[in-house]
Amino acid sequence: MSSSKLDAKIPAGTIEEKWTKFRSTVHLVNPANKRSLEVIIVGSGLAGASAAASLAEMGYKVKVFCFQDSPRRAHSIAAQGGINAAKNYQNDGDSVYRLFYDTIKGGDYRAREANVHRLSEVSGAIIDQCVAQGVPFAREYGGTLSNRSFGGTQVQRTFYAAGQTGQQLLLGAYSALQRQVGMGAVKLYARHEMLDVVVIDGKARGIIARDLISGKLEKHFGHAVLLATGGYGNVFFLSTNAMGSNVTAAWKAHKKGAFFGNPCYTQIHPTCIPVSGDHQSKLTLMSESLRNDGRIWVPKKAGDTRKPSEIPEEERDYYLERRYPAFGNLVPRDVASRAAKERCDAGFGVGNSKLAVYLDFEANMMRYGQIEANKQSLQNPTKEKIREMGREVVKEKYGNLFDMYKQITGEDPYELPMRIYPAVHYTMGGLWVDYNLMTTVPGMYALGEANFSDHGANRLGASALMQGLADGYFVIPYTIGDYLSEEIRTKAISTDHEAFVKAEAEVQECINKLMSVKGTKSVDHFHKALGKIMWDKCGMARNEAGLKSAIVEIQKLREEFWKDVRVPGSADEFNPELEKAARVADFLELGELMCKDALNRNESCGGHFREEFQTEEGEALRDDVNYAYVAAWEMKEVGNWELHKEELKYENIKIAQRSYK
Amino acid sequence: MSGSGEKMLNLTLKVWRQKNSNAKGNLETHNVTGISTDMSFLEMFDVLNEKLINEGKEPIAFDHDCREGICGMCSMYINGQPHGPKQGVTTCQLHMRSFKDGDTITVEPWRSVAFPVIKDLAVDRSAFDRIISSGGFVSVNTGNAKDANNILIPKDDADDAFNAAACIGCGACVAACKNGSAMLFVSAKVSQLALLPQGKVEAKGRVLNMVGQMDEEGFGNCTNTGACEAECPKGISLENIARMNREYLSSSLTYVKK
Ligand SMILES: Cc1cc2nc3c(=O)[nH]c(=O)nc-3n(C[C@H](O)[C@H](O)[C@H](O)COP(=O)(O)OP(=O)(O)OC[C@H]3O[C@@H](n4cnc5c(N)ncnc54)[C@H](O)[C@@H]3O)c2cc1C
Ligand code: SF4
Ligand code: FES
Repeated sequence: MSSSKLDAKIPAGTIEEKWTKFRSTVHLVNPANKRSLEVIIVGSGLAGASAAASLAEMGYKVKVFCFQDSPRRAHSIAAQGGINAAKNYQNDGDSVYRLFYDTIKGGDYRAREANVHRLSEVSGAIIDQCVAQGVPFAREYGGTLSNRSFGGTQVQRTFYAAGQTGQQLLLGAYSALQRQVGMGAVKLYARHEMLDVVVIDGKARGIIARDLISGKLEKHFGHAVLLATGGYGNVFFLSTNAMGSNVTAAWKAHKKGAFFGNPCYTQIHPTCIPVSGDHQSKLTLMSESLRNDGRIWVPKKAGDTRKPSEIPEEERDYYLERRYPAFGNLVPRDVASRAAKERCDAGFGVGNSKLAVYLDFEANMMRYGQIEANKQSLQNPTKEKIREMGREVVKEKYGNLFDMYKQITGEDPYELPMRIYPAVHYTMGGLWVDYNLMTTVPGMYALGEANFSDHGANRLGASALMQGLADGYFVIPYTIGDYLSEEIRTKAISTDHEAFVKAEAEVQECINKLMSVKGTKSVDHFHKALGKIMWDKCGMARNEAGLKSAIVEIQKLREEFWKDVRVPGSADEFNPELEKAARVADFLELGELMCKDALNRNESCGGHFREEFQTEEGEALRDDVNYAYVAAWEMKEVGNWELHKEELKYENIKIAQRSYK
Repeated sequence: MSGSGEKMLNLTLKVWRQKNSNAKGNLETHNVTGISTDMSFLEMFDVLNEKLINEGKEPIAFDHDCREGICGMCSMYINGQPHGPKQGVTTCQLHMRSFKDGDTITVEPWRSVAFPVIKDLAVDRSAFDRIISSGGFVSVNTGNAKDANNILIPKDDADDAFNAAACIGCGACVAACKNGSAMLFVSAKVSQLALLPQGKVEAKGRVLNMVGQMDEEGFGNCTNTGACEAECPKGISLENIARMNREYLSSSLTYVKK
């Protein structure tokens, strides 16, 4: 039974008609009223920018906040591989149902059916919208759009723009946003960080933000507040997220009453450039799309120190192809990551640290070269010639990724296989939201990676971009009407209201506290220490004893932080160290909740792997009888949470042991 | 762990320090030791900042976020070149293996009237956002789109548009230009949209508005020195400027503003 505090507001009807019916019956707000309704959007990534542009086009008064110097720099810009859509342009059997099914299965049966179905339904319109904006997706010679495959699927439904899909999609949404800024419909607050939500009579009514240049605190009113603030992977210190990615906005919302859903669901991406030393500040992803053409292997002999080219074919273990013949190198991320860890833990890893496996393009480079040679009707081309032509094909597909790899490692991936290792990449957990994307605080919404909604315990590749844009372009414009239609009589509340004044004073106090510790250790010192605890004990593999000790360690670290952190400079100026300190303070609270959630979930599912719960072959062992629920945590005070459960019902998909064999 | 063989460097850094936009700035000298050739340029700054913090001094402010060459946030003028000595990379992607033990490295912010310094190495590039607001878009509201494969686009056009769209808005082109011109940045967006059927409809008004806004923001004139192309980390080509000039010329002759 679901907790009485959680109402997912899933519309009635069959799965195919829920969204259509909802759209045609949801309350509307007339144009004149829209002009007096103010919406605050925190975040300018795919979710935030698309929501802002769409809501402004509809006539709402919108304010957008982001901490970077321009909305175009939101972390969505870094997404590489692609975006899914059930267009079936390849005529390979794709459909809305199949995308829905793949996503639920990929999420290891821990996502809400109604939301995922809606996501699949609107996926096609996203591509249409982006193309209309001038997003230059990859195309075939015939002029149609091109597709590639991503993990966990057997169709080609991923649209892409070289290895820069996120960039192109975000620039599309950003230009739509800037158009509204130019027309005066959106007011932009770049280099602003939201540091609290203001709740009045139980409803979200605004935010407190810090102008990062002057250090001044500002109060902003909104009839509704949308958080599109991205994921919290940086709780691990090292991740593929941008340096500034943080949990602060979501966490402040959590502290003001928004439940946090499935915090322990973290995605560890299998193909990242391995750590090179203690100086490492972040990790770089090598897109999943590379698994279309790269084969993953380790030597069959443990501790083999030969160069990869000297290891003959029969002495290589293509372990994914061996273990999962049906999906091979394209198994979902959680499965691929665990398999890499398993091989490395067993002593088969490569490179100096032995914490890496090979991702090898040689075979496909030759295959493509042969195809090119055939196309050009070359008679008896030399092996070198074939390789050269194949290399060009690979370059066209993944050139920027290969360049990036070379730049970071100093090795040429056209000549040597890449060395890769799993790294923290994405957080499926996030603020709990209902079907309308509203959190448990009325008037406060969460969009994009910041919410928990669509990916269950594991996200499929190319589905985050889809979700972010679905939420912003096609979901929130409808669902927000359900709430705002009741707010047309609410006059703008003065920011002199006591709730605003109080929230601002609390933020000020927190900043003063951070500045006044004047301890001996840098913010990074604490962040790295937290990251190590999280990676070792709440990372790719978790167990009861480890999680219990992690909780104690994090509590201790948090205490130390507040006694010994050193934040240089002052609060009334541009001060990146202060920004970091405030974010790390929140990570230190979130980390504990993640461990508690992981400890509570006595099963393995998707990215959450509890060593005590695995099959004989080492696969994740779910417990559908006891854990087919969303864990939504309510904060009572720091370190004290109450668990609420949203039961997950599968009415359209038969819940089964996930198999990619 | 790099294949190139890690080495350790000792370096002298001369770094621009400026308290805020009104203050006068100056170069400050710091010695850093034990810098691994595997570090990125920004990781070297992390090491320096950690040291400054531990010594009770103020760390150096600089902009950065993705650290993988795509967000366009990092912006250091290194030894007289935006993003440093290596072609085709941003500051965050520049690795210390591009330097030698004992080197002296001078690091300054982007210099341009249109990019005022905020603090130390961080500058204000919001002028770029305003230029995009003046016309760098296709006027299509959400929900008005036709099926994506309705209009076929020749692969070459799509590829050219993509290459122009790869601009990360970092501003290195402006910093590299002796006139502080933003022509490469503006022309990249104008070109991307002019090359695609979706963008053609508004092409004329777009180029006039964007160039107008560029002038208003205080960017300088283009005198075809080509420094921008040479320093652009994303290989944005001068051809875009030529295309924009053609677009501009034909638009100013034929476009009637409503
Ligand atoms: C390297 C990499 C590659 C990826 N590749 C793919 C891919 O190929 N396909 C795919 O589907 N997904 C991919 N993903 C995942 C996907 O990019 C993200 O999940 C998605 O872009 C998140 O978008 P968002 O709009 O939710 O948040 P973001 O783009 O992270 O935006 C967050 C916004 O919130 C703002 N913000 C945050 N906190 C505050 C605050 N306190 N105050 C004010 N503003 C704040 C930020 O300024 C920013 O504007 C990738 C992720 C990474 C890290
Ligand atoms: S044109 Fe090149 S240098 Fe100029 S902003 Fe774009 S990417 Fe940067
Ligand atoms: S930090 Fe993003 S491009 Fe350098």
